[in-house]
Amino acid sequence: MATKFDKDEEIHWCPGCGNYPSLKVIKEALTELWLTPQNTVIATGIGQAAKTPHFMNVNMINGLHGRYLSYAIAIKASNPSLTVIALSGDGCTYSEGGNHFLHAIRYNPHIINIVHNNQVFGLTKGQASPTSQRGFVTDVQNRGVYNEPFNGPAIAIALGASFVARTFIGDTVQSKEIYKKAIQHKGYALIDNLCPCVTFNRVNTFPWFKQHTYYVDETHDPLNQAEAMKLSLQTDKLPLGVLYMNPNKATYEENIKLYESDNTPLFQRSVDKAKLSELIESFR
Amino acid sequence: MTKTMKKSGYHVFSTKEYMSRVRGGENSTSFRISSKPVHAYVDRIDFLFPFIAKGLEHVQNRLTPSTLIIGEKEYYEKSEYGQQCKRFEVPFQTIAKELGGTIYSNIVVVGLLCGLLGANLDDLNILIKGAFGDKGSAILENNIKAASKGYTIGMELRTNVEVLPQKISLIQDKDISSDYLLSGDRAIALGAIAGGCNYCTFYPMSPATGIPTFFSHHDLEFSMVVDQSEDEISVMNKAIGASYAGARAMVSTSGGGFALMIEGLSLVAAIETPLVIHLGQRPAPATGMPTHTEQGDLELALYAGHGAFPRIIYAPETIEEAFFLTQMAFNIADKFQIPVFLLTDQYLIDTSYNIHALEYTNLTVEKHFIKTDTKYQRYKITEDGISPRGIPGFGTGIIRSDSHTHDESGMITENAVIRTKMVDKFLRKAEAIKREAIPPTLSGSEDYKILVVGWGSTYPIISEALELLGRKDIAFLHFQQVYPLHSSTTRFIQQAQKIISIEQNPTGQFGKLLKLETSRDVDAKILKYDGYCFSVEELVEKIRNAVNSFPEMKEKTQESFIGSGCDGD
Repeated sequence: MATKFDKDEEIHWCPGCGNYPSLKVIKEALTELWLTPQNTVIATGIGQAAKTPHFMNVNMINGLHGRYLSYAIAIKASNPSLTVIALSGDGCTYSEGGNHFLHAIRYNPHIINIVHNNQVFGLTKGQASPTSQRGFVTDVQNRGVYNEPFNGPAIAIALGASFVARTFIGDTVQSKEIYKKAIQHKGYALIDNLCPCVTFNRVNTFPWFKQHTYYVDETHDPLNQAEAMKLSLQTDKLPLGVLYMNPNKATYEENIKLYESDNTPLFQRSVDKAKLSELIESFR
Repeated sequence: MTKTMKKSGYHVFSTKEYMSRVRGGENSTSFRISSKPVHAYVDRIDFLFPFIAKGLEHVQNRLTPSTLIIGEKEYYEKSEYGQQCKRFEVPFQTIAKELGGTIYSNIVVVGLLCGLLGANLDDLNILIKGAFGDKGSAILENNIKAASKGYTIGMELRTNVEVLPQKISLIQDKDISSDYLLSGDRAIALGAIAGGCNYCTFYPMSPATGIPTFFSHHDLEFSMVVDQSEDEISVMNKAIGASYAGARAMVSTSGGGFALMIEGLSLVAAIETPLVIHLGQRPAPATGMPTHTEQGDLELALYAGHGAFPRIIYAPETIEEAFFLTQMAFNIADKFQIPVFLLTDQYLIDTSYNIHALEYTNLTVEKHFIKTDTKYQRYKITEDGISPRGIPGFGTGIIRSDSHTHDESGMITENAVIRTKMVDKFLRKAEAIKREAIPPTLSGSEDYKILVVGWGSTYPIISEALELLGRKDIAFLHFQQVYPLHSSTTRFIQQAQKIISIEQNPTGQFGKLLKLETSRDVDAKILKYDGYCFSVEELVEKIRNAVNSFPEMKEKTQESFIGSGCDGD
């Protein structure tokens, strides 16, 4: 489907890369929710996933490796009427930006955090990522990865994140529905998007994910943190769908109180001269 | 203390040095109360109020036979220091205990000083009511009594010719009572608000935390987002995100925190977004002396960040200038879409004095962004290198900012021609930036032979030292924009036969920068890096020694120097 977010641009990804269907899903989800490129910002870090907004017609800040959540939080806090999507890979989010990831959950900004999780470093040509499975052999980790894989959804659930979901981009139809839920959710929404790298990860491929994933059914209560945690710890078969929701948390933008009665973004506000004068004169 | 003295019509100055501890240690606050404006730290102590047994040892180098120690016998009698000083026993703690607890000792001391220096007890009482009015009537009453008790002792001491043979003759000037009383960090915070700052991120770090703390008490009043973030990396990148979204962003930190922000600084340059960086210096490397002072991060601010890009570094010379330069920093950052540094230090931040006038009513917040249309390109090549700045959500254009080398639309590129054009574009801004540089101020004789050069917070101390030294062949050139230097710098430097640089760092960083810009070496360096600010007396001595090290410039007589100096306070 054609969307307002389409951009005529040569795409740099390898043929068959999971980023292609991910790009399609995000453009369609935004369009179907009547959002506009002018009022949407995508903040990204470094990596192949981080190039996503280059291939879209949308406001973007493609910043430094690991730091994209910081831009996203600040953009939303500066102008809450923007739809802010923070998007990057597993290395950017869980490794270089690990601390920012933990604290972004604590802030609970109203942003969507999409993590393209391919369990390998693509841009730097095939080293292990924080989500690589134990035993995964690379040119660097040539005796196999020995570190415990980073479980983003489990950590998010442990921190009481307001929305935690997992998608497998081999299924664009269901993924899009989950993306739309995340976008509509008020508060921090994590999507750990299983998004295969066809060049450097020959283990966790499209067929592998198809075999090792399943959708949670309606018997799962996403408001139950303990149950959600149990699901997120399953590694033999990875559950897909909305794993956890904590919808009653105040967002960061609500907590700072600035926008309680007035949604004017910071760039359109000005200093109250009378108040300034009163403040300065109080030092006499 | 300072508030009461000011209210009573005296010029006041105070600065503190303290240890990096939650409680205790040896800390001191120095006050100057004067009939003339006083803006600099002096070593000399006229009245010392020790609060701990180690107090005398802590200030041993500042004690003279004319110092009068006032306080508990136990704090001076057994000390091997201060034997040369005069003493006057006042059992502050016993007095305070009788009034309800040792906690009131401080107020007894303040009362005593007010009585001693002829300040008005009514003024003190008004301030006490302001400070303790909401703490319950018993506490307020005890404080009033404590002040009054101290005041009586002070009054008696004032006329006690045995202890004080020299009459204290301070002149009260009622005009002063309505002066502003500002500290460096308040001046920076107020300047930022006046500059339209509405987004400040920080991670607590001495001596820079006071500014965001102040903001946090006024955030809703001035539409500010104040954010204590998880680390300085996030602090910097949040400020960048806010700036991208159109906020007037600032970070406040010290050297170690700034070190973590350097990667982000490079992004500020790459995406050409405005940002004000307050870097309050303290002794380093590493943790150094967290609560002390130094001017050791000039080179850090100057060279930080991978890649070459324009920047501005202001180093306010006074508290008033800290206000005005901070205000201006936001407009300049917005205009040129660059990082602007405010390089201060613990001394400036923790120093207060009265200021007669602060002309702030005509200051304006200059916003330099546009409403975009569908053809908008964020990085349009322009003659002056400044691309009109769009804000996401304002107009129909798309705002694309990229840390990669990008084309005019913000799209990633590896094209050699575009890369060169883009680098040239943002370097072109440097010419206009230099044209708007703040010139250094020259004080003293126009036909000088010796030029003393300083920068930043040392201005009032060097000024007072040179005044005392009173040599007609010395002029003082002071910089509060340390980068880029104003074009007049070379002319001032060339006229000097000898140049003495005065800096609070171990390597003479500004002297090196001067050489780089003017090809002229300084002839003598006065450097201090013990963590404590220069004193007026210390500089008188060191400047004289430096001058005497030039054979042809030697002083003819030593008498021009007033030994005890700093009269009138």
